[in-house]
Amino acid sequence: MSFLHFTILLPFIAAIVVPFIYRSFNHKIHTGWFVVLVPVFIFINLLLQIPSISNGENILISMPWIPSLEINFDIYMDGLALMFGLIISGIGALVVIYSIFYMDKNREALHNFYIYLLLFMGAMLGLVSSDNVFVLYTLWELTSVSSFLLIAYWYERKKSREGALKAMIITVFGGLAMLAGLILLVMITDTYSLREMIANVDLIQESALFIPALLLILLGAFTKSAQFPFSIWLPDAMEAPTPVSAYLHSATMVKAGIYLVARMTPIFGGSATWFWLVVGIGVITLFYGSVRAIRQTDLKALLAFSTISQLGLIMSLLGVGSAAFYFNPGESQQLYAFALFAAIFHLFNHSTFKGALFMVVGIIDHETGTRDIRRLGGLLSIMPITFTIALIGSLSMAGLPPFNGFLSKEMFFTGMLQASEVDMFSLEWLANGCPILAWIASIFTFIYCMILLVRPFLGTFKPDRLPKEKVHEAPIGMLIPPIILGSLVVLIFFFPNILGQYILNPAIASIVPDLEKPFKITAWHGFGPELYMTIGVIVLGLLLFVSIKKWNIAFRVLPENLNLNYLYSSSLENMEKRSVSFTNRYMTGSIRHYLIYIFVFVFSVLALALITLNAIDFDFSNYAYVTIYDVGILLAMIVAALTTLFTRNRITAIVSLGAVGYLVVMLFVIFRAPDLALTQMVVETATTALFLLCFYHLPKLGKKVEKVKFKLTNLIVSILVGVTVTILTLVATGHKLFTPITEFFENAYELAGAKNIVNAILVDFRGFDTMLEIAVLFIAGIGVYTLIKLRSKGSDTDEAETE
Amino acid sequence: MEYIILILAGILFATAIYNILQKQLLRIIIGTVLLSHGAHLVILTMGKLKRGQPPILDDSVITYTDPLPQALILTSIVISFGITSLLLVLAYRTAKENNTDNMEEMRGEANE
Repeated sequence: MSFLHFTILLPFIAAIVVPFIYRSFNHKIHTGWFVVLVPVFIFINLLLQIPSISNGENILISMPWIPSLEINFDIYMDGLALMFGLIISGIGALVVIYSIFYMDKNREALHNFYIYLLLFMGAMLGLVSSDNVFVLYTLWELTSVSSFLLIAYWYERKKSREGALKAMIITVFGGLAMLAGLILLVMITDTYSLREMIANVDLIQESALFIPALLLILLGAFTKSAQFPFSIWLPDAMEAPTPVSAYLHSATMVKAGIYLVARMTPIFGGSATWFWLVVGIGVITLFYGSVRAIRQTDLKALLAFSTISQLGLIMSLLGVGSAAFYFNPGESQQLYAFALFAAIFHLFNHSTFKGALFMVVGIIDHETGTRDIRRLGGLLSIMPITFTIALIGSLSMAGLPPFNGFLSKEMFFTGMLQASEVDMFSLEWLANGCPILAWIASIFTFIYCMILLVRPFLGTFKPDRLPKEKVHEAPIGMLIPPIILGSLVVLIFFFPNILGQYILNPAIASIVPDLEKPFKITAWHGFGPELYMTIGVIVLGLLLFVSIKKWNIAFRVLPENLNLNYLYSSSLENMEKRSVSFTNRYMTGSIRHYLIYIFVFVFSVLALALITLNAIDFDFSNYAYVTIYDVGILLAMIVAALTTLFTRNRITAIVSLGAVGYLVVMLFVIFRAPDLALTQMVVETATTALFLLCFYHLPKLGKKVEKVKFKLTNLIVSILVGVTVTILTLVATGHKLFTPITEFFENAYELAGAKNIVNAILVDFRGFDTMLEIAVLFIAGIGVYTLIKLRSKGSDTDEAETE
Repeated sequence: MEYIILILAGILFATAIYNILQKQLLRIIIGTVLLSHGAHLVILTMGKLKRGQPPILDDSVITYTDPLPQALILTSIVISFGITSLLLVLAYRTAKENNTDNMEEMRGEANE
């Protein structure tokens, strides 16, 4: 285990230690103070990797896990993994600090919280740095599981449990699809390593499994990153504690899908399917999220939809950027790779400002007791610092200078305008629609950013409508993490190229290794169409925001049931109902029905096999002669057997059953089986006696006349069975495949000293059978004894209970 | 001879199944007994019928009938006897406890 492995697996180790720390120290020191050391340690270690990785020296370290299956925990640290690692550990550290002040150490089960959080952190770190696809999948599911645990952290609330379940179902569904896609890739390339898959990209693109693998992997990425229409789990995941929402559901986990798409771009990029799916779904998600965000009255729900929208933005940029793989290194590749660069840049920016905004909302919730914007207002004078951070965050999200969102938004417009100029994948109407949709979505983004900023902080303060009486600024510890993130937002605007040179360009280089020259971020690039688009967004956005009350009514015209949540829950309900009614239909509780299923299935399979294999081939030549006695016995048996069916008299049924038994004895005599005849006679006598003993206690046989349908079903099933058995056995006796071993048993006298061969077989050659048969008889005897003996006691206690 | 016995076995099977699909416990047990008779006859027939003398060693005999199926059937007879007797006592107890021998009426509790 290398030091880097230790760094990445450290959260798991820490998660084991947390409960002990909690038990010994929590009454004095908040457990979070110990936990925060972990992400800080990881963050510093990853920072130390920057110089070598920005020089293009990627690190690959292997650690055996299941060597016989070639599944090893191989860490491949390149620019992309490093960037994600820094975001995960950096924001992780800030979130832990924030949670120290957010989560009360006496009222909350902190050990659970930090174990789940550390599990998530470790899984996420491993996911982005793993080179082995199966390790990647394992950790992918671990993020789903830990997210499930964190959403349902307040498990006594119904909504938390529902949100957790929904997130689990959707992300695991996508995760399984992704596993199938990864397995397809493994089948094509015969390697588990992502790097080697990328090296064998020609093999994949020529394969017939290319499109299935592409679709399945995209399904995984889209469900995890809450893309349309799988976005519905994210707003419900807001039932989690706010630090969790800030960390998982804005900065890290929802970007796992983005990471996957970025990682897979070298494999699938350059194909039209990938391009249009990623761009199309991304733009739709961007539009859908921004429109839905405006209607929300809960601040966290608003942020959830804005996250969905921003993730769609990043996804669409990744889609546009994938066109870079259509070209050889050169001018055009540089042009499209710029969209990838914009995606990575916006991803980084989004993590900073969205993390800060969630923390702001958490502060408002923590200090006022509500997140409902209809009850909030006028907090500006009470919480000036919180307001400042909210201002920075929301203006950055809206894409205004001087914040980092402005830079990435401009780059986004550039990328989208490039998408409209794509001429190699046809579909012109879609290409032209993308920038327009994206531009309208930006206007909506501007509007909800304004709502986020204006409604809680400006206007009049309404203390009587707030649950908490004394509203004041948050403690300093709670403010430090959002302040750090807020200052990052501003710093990145003024010095974007430091970030660009050391983190973003290496990340791009790990996607597109053969770029001509690294990208530069410029805040000002002349009076281009991007600038006019931004000005248009601001002007139109302000106009629409001021008049929001007039046009917001338009939403109410839309039917309430016309949303994805309704579709999801009603289809779940339907599935449950259908499966219940289906199960109830065939699991009737009647033994007769089950027997019919069994007989019909087994014997129709046998009959079909006989017919389809052309096996019905009788050979009567070898059969023994028939005498008149034989025929007589047979006819008598048939009559006796049928009598058991048609009689309504119990005694007649029992006696004819006895008759069948004694006729079998006669057959044994004819067929030279003296021992059998003897045994059968004794057994038959005993059985009949038993029947007669029992019948005295059993009710009389049917006076009820059964329905015709009942009789007919029985008749058909029994005839099917009878005919199949006859044909099967006839076919079987016609074919002797090898000589029987009978002759060996004729040595009975020499080997066993017995003249009766059957008895020699029973007690000598195959004595084991006999021993166990004795055991069966013994057990049956005990069973009979128990059934009779334990009756009185059992029924007594039953009666005592009912009385 | 064999084909007649096999047709007979088929009839025994059919009547057994028809009995088993009835509602009354007694009929079901009668069905199981018929089923075992049918099975025994099939096993016996598989070893060829009427080929030689009973399998008891004697110097004057040249061919014996196949002793192995006989041994198998002997085992089977005893086992099915054990099961039949257990079933009968079980049916007797069930009918006593539930005051019915109708299978359709024995459905347990609604919400088990």
